[in-house]
Amino acid sequence: MSAFLQYLVSGIAVGCGFALLASGLVAIHRVTRVVNFAQGMFAVVGGMTAGSLLAAGLPHGAAEAGAVAVAGAVGLAVGIAATGKRGTSPQSALIVTLGIGFLAYAVEIMIWGDNPRSHPGLRGAVTLFGAHVQKQSFLVIGVAAAVFALLALFFGRTYAGKALSACASNPYAARTMGIDPVRMGLVAFALGGMLGGLAGVLLTPLQPISYNSDVLLITNGFAAAVLGGLNRPVVALAGALTLGVAESMVAGYGEASYQTVVALALMLAIMMVRASRRTALQEEAAR
Amino acid sequence: MTAVIEVSDLVVRYGTATALDRVGLTVRAGELVALIGPNGAGKTSLVNAVLGVLRPAAGRVDLGGRVALVPEGRQMFDDLTVEDNLALGAWRRRRAKGARDTERVYEVLPRLAELRGRRAGSLSGGEQQMVAFGRALMAEPDAIVVDELSLGLAPLVTAGLAEHLRRLNAERGLAVLLIEQNARLALDLCSRGYVLEAGRIRAEGTAADLAAGPDLADAYLGGPAGTEEGT
Repeated sequence: MSAFLQYLVSGIAVGCGFALLASGLVAIHRVTRVVNFAQGMFAVVGGMTAGSLLAAGLPHGAAEAGAVAVAGAVGLAVGIAATGKRGTSPQSALIVTLGIGFLAYAVEIMIWGDNPRSHPGLRGAVTLFGAHVQKQSFLVIGVAAAVFALLALFFGRTYAGKALSACASNPYAARTMGIDPVRMGLVAFALGGMLGGLAGVLLTPLQPISYNSDVLLITNGFAAAVLGGLNRPVVALAGALTLGVAESMVAGYGEASYQTVVALALMLAIMMVRASRRTALQEEAAR
Repeated sequence: MTAVIEVSDLVVRYGTATALDRVGLTVRAGELVALIGPNGAGKTSLVNAVLGVLRPAAGRVDLGGRVALVPEGRQMFDDLTVEDNLALGAWRRRRAKGARDTERVYEVLPRLAELRGRRAGSLSGGEQQMVAFGRALMAEPDAIVVDELSLGLAPLVTAGLAEHLRRLNAERGLAVLLIEQNARLALDLCSRGYVLEAGRIRAEGTAADLAAGPDLADAYLGGPAGTEEGT
């Protein structure tokens, strides 16, 4: 029972990290229709930068915030490269993000080397019904919950958030009213960068990251986001939590190296079910 | 009278295809002007050039005031409420005090006040067209461009919306450029008009002259004025 609880809480924490990443993917996709394959890189940049800033003597809080800001700036830069030129198709932009993801490997190795790195988070553990759970796990869950609440407020209550939703819903109408979808797309990329960066900052103390950790992160984030058709943040959140817990259980009771297989298998299954459903619908419509 | 919309020698091309060929058009303050033409005449290209959504290959668009659009097909933000759709209409003036206050639209279109919390995507075509009107009014425009008022709407609904347009024009001096395939509706409502065909202005004049003219009468009104079959 205590082992189960331990795996559950750490699974939820890791799932929250995936969910942050996935919500960045969803925000970018909704506004720009671009699947951003550089999303995992934002987390690597966030995690690595936080470590460097802490090593440079910045206090906790400031270092993490700085790292999230850097990831946001990187997100903006990726957005400019991928969608800044008016008329770029989402497919072309997707390839650009993939290319930037690979380019980032070289830059990251130059700056931080190729060994896994970590930084201290919230130290210590608490005992909960006999299970030892790291305090950092609770921090991840708390921060993620607060961020999701803020995101809901931003999109549901603020004028800028509604303008972003408007661009996602009908870019033509938005443009005729003077809302610039390209600029709003860049806002979404910056937001996606910050969310990805935050995921990296929070997860790095739990599991060290290296330059190529983005593959694992994007696989999980994408699997969660695809669950909601890349457009529904709440479904993506549920998907991410399910993935995090499932992987934690697989690692705990089985073999840690099978973790990613779980994410990949789930993503494949969803895509196959979705594809077959769409065909059935199209057949229905053609009748 | 000053021109609110002045289009001169406008050329719009899509690759090698020419959608608009040296088109000129004027809408003066407080005027109701019709632009009539069949599908593919270039009407929506003209709208997009006037609204700055599309960059013309040549020619000029000069705006003597704020111009807002009631777009073809309503173009709602489906997932947002009526209230949010309206508020976003004020985007260009978002920093002005009280710009996002939707009450002034509810005064003109009281039906919208009853629908304010509803998702725009769940409304009927006529209701959505009214939201599109309200959204355009939120920009506090000097002129509105109405792209296909009657498209996909029941005649009774269209008549009601046309009445709203007439009132806005009479009471507030709002200039209107009405883009229509339905020539009778357009010429009944407007005082002046243009006929656009295959990217060129074929005729222009007062609504009465255009309605009486043989070309337009044959093509759009089902016969010259006065010869319409009795019903």
